[in-house]
Amino acid sequence: MDALLEVKDLKVQFNTLEGVVHAVNGVSFVVEEGKTLGIVGESGCGKSVTVLSVMRLIAEPPGKITSGEILFEGNDLLKLDKTSMQDLRGQKIAMVFQDPMTSLNPVLTIGKQISEALIVHKHMNNKEAFNRTIELLDLVGIPQSKERFNDFPHQFSGGMRQRVMIAMALSCNPSILIADEPTTALDVTIQAQIVELTKNLQTKVGMSVIWITHDLGVVAEIADRVIVMYAGYIVEEADVFNIFENPVHPYTLSLLKSLPRVDSRRYERLEIIPGSPPDCIHMPAGCPFMPRCGYAIERCKVENPRLVNVGEAHMAACWVDVKTGRLD
Amino acid sequence: MTQTDAPAIPEIEKPPLLLGQLVFLRFKRHKLAVAGVFILILLVFYAVGGTFFKSEDYSLVTDSSIRLTSPSSIHYFGTDAVGRDILARTIYGGQISLLIGLIAMVLEVIVGVLIGAIAGYYGGVLDSILMRFTEAMLNIPQIPLLLVLGKMLSDKIQPIHLFGREFSGSVIVIIAVIGLTSWMGLARVVRANFLSLREQEFVTAARCTGTNNLSIIFEHILPNTMAPIIVSATLSVANAIISEAYVSFLGVGVMPPTATWGNMLNGAYNYIETAPWLWIFPGGLIVLTVLSINFIGDGLRDALDPRALTQAE
Amino acid sequence: MGRYIIRRLLQAIPLLLIISILIFILLQSSGDPLASMGGKHVTRPEDRERLARIMGLDQPIYIQYIYWLVGNDWVKIDTNKDGIPDTFGSRKGVLRGDFGDSLVDRGKSALELIRERLPNTLILMIPAEIIILLSSLLVGIISALRQYSLTDQVITAGSFIGYSMPIFFIALASMYIFAVNFRKWGLPYLPTVGMFDPKIGKTTEQVLIHMVLPIFSMSVVSISGYSRFVRSQMLEVISQDYIRTAYAKGLSERMVLFGHALKNAAIPFVTLVGIDIPFLLGGAVITETIFGWPGMGRLFIDHLTRFDTPVVMGILMLISLAVVICQLLTDIVYGWLDPRIRYN
Repeated sequence: MDALLEVKDLKVQFNTLEGVVHAVNGVSFVVEEGKTLGIVGESGCGKSVTVLSVMRLIAEPPGKITSGEILFEGNDLLKLDKTSMQDLRGQKIAMVFQDPMTSLNPVLTIGKQISEALIVHKHMNNKEAFNRTIELLDLVGIPQSKERFNDFPHQFSGGMRQRVMIAMALSCNPSILIADEPTTALDVTIQAQIVELTKNLQTKVGMSVIWITHDLGVVAEIADRVIVMYAGYIVEEADVFNIFENPVHPYTLSLLKSLPRVDSRRYERLEIIPGSPPDCIHMPAGCPFMPRCGYAIERCKVENPRLVNVGEAHMAACWVDVKTGRLD
Repeated sequence: MTQTDAPAIPEIEKPPLLLGQLVFLRFKRHKLAVAGVFILILLVFYAVGGTFFKSEDYSLVTDSSIRLTSPSSIHYFGTDAVGRDILARTIYGGQISLLIGLIAMVLEVIVGVLIGAIAGYYGGVLDSILMRFTEAMLNIPQIPLLLVLGKMLSDKIQPIHLFGREFSGSVIVIIAVIGLTSWMGLARVVRANFLSLREQEFVTAARCTGTNNLSIIFEHILPNTMAPIIVSATLSVANAIISEAYVSFLGVGVMPPTATWGNMLNGAYNYIETAPWLWIFPGGLIVLTVLSINFIGDGLRDALDPRALTQAE
Repeated sequence: MGRYIIRRLLQAIPLLLIISILIFILLQSSGDPLASMGGKHVTRPEDRERLARIMGLDQPIYIQYIYWLVGNDWVKIDTNKDGIPDTFGSRKGVLRGDFGDSLVDRGKSALELIRERLPNTLILMIPAEIIILLSSLLVGIISALRQYSLTDQVITAGSFIGYSMPIFFIALASMYIFAVNFRKWGLPYLPTVGMFDPKIGKTTEQVLIHMVLPIFSMSVVSISGYSRFVRSQMLEVISQDYIRTAYAKGLSERMVLFGHALKNAAIPFVTLVGIDIPFLLGGAVITETIFGWPGMGRLFIDHLTRFDTPVVMGILMLISLAVVICQLLTDIVYGWLDPRIRYN
């Protein structure tokens, strides 16, 4: 399988009043054709900033992509000019955002918002765009598509709105769909529907998906490969089975342990990850997870571990082997 | 190696700042607002401290032989159409103008907050009546209304004697008129805030402990809506000063011989070619005052913005 | 949508009624209208009384209000105090367009006077408003798009100053610079008084030149105020999620601005403007006085100082009516622009 998207050593900073926020610190990953990459991590770990950088939607002040390459179909997106990037967005790489309530323009009909990309990228006329939009609305499961073309976002429920967003993203048949926590703001049952919808569409259309979430349950359902992020670093990367079966990094372990399980004993306490989220302005010299890590050793304080191979197509950044307690 | 106990968490959180401190720090960041504070203080010194340099009697001396002289070493700001020293008049006029601004603001705030709070808290018929009234008042254009009221009432009130000085009764009239015609905007905002705040749980909790309505309004809800009140009060001082200037300029505001910056401009346009100092000085003082107040108001508005305050600093 | 309009219309009527009552009470307490009617006719006390009865001044205030509203030509007045009503009144009432006769310009009805002056005010106000609207939008949008740049800071500072200036200061200053000093310096200068030069006559060119300074003065203050509002609205809209979505679709900056941002930012702007329009009529008082423009504002202050109650009331009512109508129109436009309101 070819690598459709390859991100190499991406670093992104933000200049704020309190200091420079190191949001993304040398992130590299690959998205293959037709596969789904899941990005997992807590809020503020840099997941959204990473994918927004791929789309080059980071506001340049105060943000800044300080180094790295983003290779899409061989071209470095970071070196593209504005017009070429605009062509790419919505057409080759499309994005679905977290909150469908605020991500849709309240004063424009959903039909218009979906057709827009078609008219701009595919140069369709109004009629063609209308027809294609109806197709898309049917595809994502919006009933009475023809009538609802002229409805406004506030006339839809949350789940429906997210479907509209997906229809909008899919309109020009992108090669990659980036979904930034698309179901976080929705009910669990709706969430299941959206996940199902995405999987079906992916199979049908054959596109790659990057799915960001903090919910491991969703990851299990939809991802082929998973990267776990913390404080702007990738701390573990593996196929989805390996993440669940053989987690290596203490953070991944903690995430898995903190999931409530159906088969756990009734009075067992949920395990929490102690401590607070990392301060990305004052980055420590050592491993950023050290303050909260149950396996930390002296070396963790002074040296930040790099990603190394720990198995087949499985990488982790840790000095400690959690199973044996030995140094890697 | 078995799992060790989690290491002690380093204290990375700073103690939170007090609300007042936070607002003050944010206000300081607006250089214009800080400049406004300084300018305003200077102006107040000018109007108040000036009494030590030029007595009020001096400001009232008319001498037709020196009328309309341009600024000179004796009369720094020149003389007006009846020979009065403009500098002295701006000092005493300034006192009146600033005073009018302040007291009218107090009146406005009291009326606006009361009406807004009652309408917003009790709702129902009371709300409808008060809001209809507010809307009706809003629909009457303020300046013509001010003019009419000013004209009607200015000469009805006797001169007042305070601190050994005499003020035209029209000062009271103007304060009342401006105050009673500018409260509507604040009333609406306060009402809106009360409508949403009274649904919050702390109000329910207060009711559960038997707090009476008046207490709830003034001790519980009102402190939570201080930000727009403070901003509105600040800006309304500027508006009051301008309104007084408008009305006095047209001759139906504060009546001479009591000077205000506004009535010093009355008729100045007749001498526009020959004596620009007639309007440049009082007019300029008004602009400076209003400008600095607006800066301060803007700075306060940003500093008190609730959205920004809830973000982690 | 239709129901919405009807509802708003119905709400406007009691509002107008309340306003008229307020204004009426206001002016009724403004003093004795008879006192200002000098002349031979009312020197004798009996005549005064008779006049008072004809004008209905001996009636309780709510009756006076009714007469003011609907006239008294349908009731008989007792003119000679014999207890028997004999003559019909002569007023038709406000609802039929009769605001009474001017106490100052004898022989002319208040409405006539107003009608004479109104077009002059409109000639000044309408172009002024258009200029203000377009400029505010332009300045506000530019300022928002170039936030923190030098342009933005200059514009923001300038708007602050402009907004803090009372109209008369700008009027006087602009008069001083562009009329007086330009003339002194030998530059082509602008006229400062009136609508046209009486020596040349009321030509279009004359009127246009005379309009420049007044419109300039009014514009500076209004544009400063509005553009700040537009700027803050635009900034808020631009930071919204749906703008990010629009960019994510690959739309260009211009498409995002005009297709997505503007419509959202325009809504509160339209509301603000709509409510403000009729107040231009009020604020014109100062501008017209300074520049000697023969419009309604000048009429208002001239007749106010001479206690001409019918004219003053007439103007107040008309402006209030304009306010209510403008608000209604604004609400309708607002409902049309914002679909969230429409479909409630």
